[in-house]
Amino acid sequence: MARMKFLCDADRCIECNACVTACKNEHEVPWGINRRRVVTINDGRPGERSISMACMHCTDAPCAAVCPVSCFYTTADAIVLHDKDLCIGCGYCFYACPFGAPQYPRVGNFGGRGKMDKCTYCAGGPQQDNTLVEYTQYGANRIAEGKLPLCAEMCSTKALLAGDGEMIATIYRERVQRRGYGSGAWGWRTAYRTTVNA
Amino acid sequence: MLIKRSDGARAKQRLASAYQGLSAGGMDRRSFLKTAGLAGAGVAALAGIAPRMAEAAGAATGVHDLSRPIQRVKNLCTHCSVGCTVTAEVQNGVWVGQEPTWESPINRGTHCAKGASVRELVHGDRRLKYPMKLVNGQWQRITWDVAMSEIADRMMAIRAASGPDSVYWLGSAKFSNEGAYLFRKFVAFWGTNHVDHQARICHSTTVAGVANTWGYGAQTNSYNDIRNSKTMIIMGGNPAEAHPVSLQHVLSGKEINRANMIVIDPRYTRTAAHATEYVRIRPGTDIPVIWGILWHIFENGWEDKEFIRQRVYGMDEIRAEVAKWNPQEVERVTGVPGAQLRRVAEMFATQKPSTLIWCMGTTQKTVGTANVRAYSVLLLATGNVGAEGTGANIFRGHCNVQGASDFGLDVGTLPAYYGLDETAWRHWSRVWGVSFESMRARFDTPQMMNTPGIPSTRYMDAVLLPKDQVQQRDNLKGMIVFGHGGNTVTRMPEAQRALDALDLLVVADPHPTTFAVLHNRRENTYLLPIATQFECSGSRTSSNRSVQWGEKIVNPIFESRTDYRVMFDLAKALDAAAQRRNMTIRFAEDMFKHYDIQNGEPTPESILREINRGAWGTGYSGISPERLKLHMQHQDKFDLVTLRAKPDAPAEIRGDYYGLPWPCWGTPEQRHPGSHILYNTNLAVKDGGGTFRPRFGLERNGVTLLAEGSYSKDSDIRDGYPEFTVALLKRLGWYDELTAAEKATIAEIGQGLGGEDRVSWMTDLSGGIQRVAIAHGCSPFGNGKARAVAWNLPDPVPVHREPIYTARPDLIAQYPTLPDRRGFRLPHLGQSVQARSPEVFRNFPIILTSGRLVEYEGGGEETRSNKWLAELQQDMFVEINPADAAARNIRDGAWVWVTGPENNSRARVKALVTERVGPGVAFMPFHFAGWFMGEDQRRKYPQGTDPVVLGESVNAITTYGYDPVTFMQETKVTLCQIRAA
Repeated sequence: MARMKFLCDADRCIECNACVTACKNEHEVPWGINRRRVVTINDGRPGERSISMACMHCTDAPCAAVCPVSCFYTTADAIVLHDKDLCIGCGYCFYACPFGAPQYPRVGNFGGRGKMDKCTYCAGGPQQDNTLVEYTQYGANRIAEGKLPLCAEMCSTKALLAGDGEMIATIYRERVQRRGYGSGAWGWRTAYRTTVNA
Repeated sequence: MLIKRSDGARAKQRLASAYQGLSAGGMDRRSFLKTAGLAGAGVAALAGIAPRMAEAAGAATGVHDLSRPIQRVKNLCTHCSVGCTVTAEVQNGVWVGQEPTWESPINRGTHCAKGASVRELVHGDRRLKYPMKLVNGQWQRITWDVAMSEIADRMMAIRAASGPDSVYWLGSAKFSNEGAYLFRKFVAFWGTNHVDHQARICHSTTVAGVANTWGYGAQTNSYNDIRNSKTMIIMGGNPAEAHPVSLQHVLSGKEINRANMIVIDPRYTRTAAHATEYVRIRPGTDIPVIWGILWHIFENGWEDKEFIRQRVYGMDEIRAEVAKWNPQEVERVTGVPGAQLRRVAEMFATQKPSTLIWCMGTTQKTVGTANVRAYSVLLLATGNVGAEGTGANIFRGHCNVQGASDFGLDVGTLPAYYGLDETAWRHWSRVWGVSFESMRARFDTPQMMNTPGIPSTRYMDAVLLPKDQVQQRDNLKGMIVFGHGGNTVTRMPEAQRALDALDLLVVADPHPTTFAVLHNRRENTYLLPIATQFECSGSRTSSNRSVQWGEKIVNPIFESRTDYRVMFDLAKALDAAAQRRNMTIRFAEDMFKHYDIQNGEPTPESILREINRGAWGTGYSGISPERLKLHMQHQDKFDLVTLRAKPDAPAEIRGDYYGLPWPCWGTPEQRHPGSHILYNTNLAVKDGGGTFRPRFGLERNGVTLLAEGSYSKDSDIRDGYPEFTVALLKRLGWYDELTAAEKATIAEIGQGLGGEDRVSWMTDLSGGIQRVAIAHGCSPFGNGKARAVAWNLPDPVPVHREPIYTARPDLIAQYPTLPDRRGFRLPHLGQSVQARSPEVFRNFPIILTSGRLVEYEGGGEETRSNKWLAELQQDMFVEINPADAAARNIRDGAWVWVTGPENNSRARVKALVTERVGPGVAFMPFHFAGWFMGEDQRRKYPQGTDPVVLGESVNAITTYGYDPVTFMQETKVTLCQIRAA
């Protein structure tokens, strides 16, 4: 079984935000919820680099470890999903996540946040695949249709790669060897306890 | 980074339902609590559905029902000029999803933020929904019939009182080719040359500059071909934000060839962040930088001497000017160290092929045309034109700005750059099936037919200046604006006064645009909802001259109508209005007689066939709708780098270049493959090869202007030759290779031109002349030299001229701008304005420049209305260097006032303190509108059509200053002051 991962090539990412709006478009994600975002360091200075960030679907996901209602589960493709019918919006996962992925629809009285939302790797949720109820709660289920996450598919410079971890690592490794530079598979050690050596 | 992108905590508080009615100023605590309460009630009503999807559940637009068929339709992104294919999934007439188009050789599935969110445009609740007019200052809904009839009546009233030249027709780079052509034809039938579009304010100087150098005003190579380059200079452009998908090719080239990627710009852009070398220059010093590079090239003998000898005229005059730009002088004027420019020069001249990429930073200058000419000369001197990996890769701005330029939305030409002289009018009259005399009668006077109109950058002057200073019967009285923003032209305070003074203002657009709210009009102002290109079919020409066919995805939404339909209806309404006034002029019958009319509108296919019959000069003649549709159908058969259809492609497209990049010679049946790379002598003309176009005479000062010993592959003439005419065919003994039918057509055309010998490759409607020339391996337009010296321009050899509002008044005496003059029916001030610079500089010491953001496009009304984009960029801002900010006590994210030296202009924006701009330089994006001089104008939009995000327009601050050749506006160098608000 494939082990799905994300890999963002920081030497290719130009912060065009296609990944962000592709996600919005595919899942009709409302204003204020950002399943994916682009982070830029050294903005406006030499050494400026951008990374597209979302839930990395970690190995032994920390969010799952801290969830008091055990709403997280990992699919056979190693995609980390959660059940919104169980989620109580406590926000523990937000504190546990090394990537700041969990999103909440509101900040209300007494810290109520609403059901947590995050990147599903375009794999929907626990509802039946490709149904209205699944779409409404979690968004589209491209994995069930045999497609990959739209953010990576639409990445303008093909910086953001999604797919089987071995395959995208190979693509990245070959790219780095050919061009002679590469700042590494950002976040991999944290998320997957591995890295890509080129 | 307070104001960029998703601004963490605060963005989170803005619920989907909460943004309606907000101004760019954000939300105060009170209004936030109010809207949060409303959202809560909505959630409660939707029990069982997770609150975050409440909005999606209401619209359910993204849901696929997999049990029912999904139709996939291909169209093109309507934003920049890269030409990305958009694949739409349509179910039950609703656009439910966007899928990557892997097979497109241009974008290979990818998009930028804008392209990945275009589906929103046809769901957008911020669209203009029905025709409206201002009644006593209030927007009122009206029917299409009433709108058409009232508009036509007012147009005819203006025509009767002031003549046809008092109506201004502003067209659009968002038109399809067919829409653009139809609009140009309409304006010709109206009887004026006042027709323009966005090319005026983006690449008019490029078109003028490169056309005056080697023949055609277009990108010579393609985005894909940049993969072949070993050195690329990107100067005055930020494609990482303006053309993100182009970076796929640029970065691939950089990686595969380990190419040098040099970015020359006053601003350390997102493109510069990926460069191997970044050169920071003082804004407005492009020519000294180029001459500084050439100085090293000539000094070291790195120029391509054989190329210059065979294919370039006048390089010696360039040498004389370049000799003045030694490294010390270049550093004094531009701020660039000599050693760095030497490194750049060596890479560009010796690590070939090299390409030069430019955009608005080059063109939007008082010296725009001269800049372009200098860039072209650098390419010529190093022999970097007309081969793979080389060339002037001019990235154009809008999805069809190339096509709209090609079809003559320009005050100076009829479609396909035929110009405005009698031969041109006779040619197009013949194509349209009307008499030349009947067309001439439509104009105010016969002279006006050949007189270029007033460029869109100066419409306000044509309204406001005293009548005797505008060389036509009367001032402008009415404006018909199709698909053009009102905040993209400089001097907005004066534009506001001009719009107030008009008798009639018509805005035909999917959105109200700034034209609907900038002014204080109370009557005679109409908004017409126009369908986007996703709601109609047609072809569009991307920057690399590839023409792509977009298929309608959904029917026009709300009461929107297509451009084709509205023009047809307006023509009929004008006929009725003329009849009511007993005027003899008529439109609809003659204009539309060649077209198939289906469902009340002409089909784009039939319009394109008329284009095929007339646009020989740019080689649109071979680009039939059938061929284009086949290309879209078999996109996967084209090579990524050469764009050529591979051997496994179906026979009817095999060997074609993708999108038949013009020139695609002859008739469609002749199956010319298009020309991927212009002026490429390494290929035969029948395979897309070519030569420089001799359009400036045959000799000058005793030196030939025809190529010497250079010719395209397999040419029967192994030297230079002039353009093909019947006379030339006869001299070469090739005349009898024309068929009898071709000869008959030519003879008939010759009667209007004073003899068949004068019929040329451009005016021969049979295509025979082109066919015979190509059969002998010759370019129909001839084989000439490119011009390093363009003697018909104000500066034949480009020379440095300080900006009108310069931060270096000490250089004015040595490098003054041009004296005051006249042009395009208007006065054109130069030195008299520049003379104020020393005084202005004391009070406005910061150089102001402007540019694009990736999330928005053009005037931004469409993209700021798209909630997926608007969320990413919620505030207008000014980039200011930390040193300047510290001196003014300005903190990052704080409100500031930016003030300009004309019209007491001011803008309230947020400060983005960053080293991206150098000390003494400020940058503002140009996509914002809806705030004007500190006033929030949201209430002035018709209800429900206000863009999500509003903000001050940079062009409220920008100032006077025009290129002498095209009246391009100066938006890149002016002066301003910034202080904390």
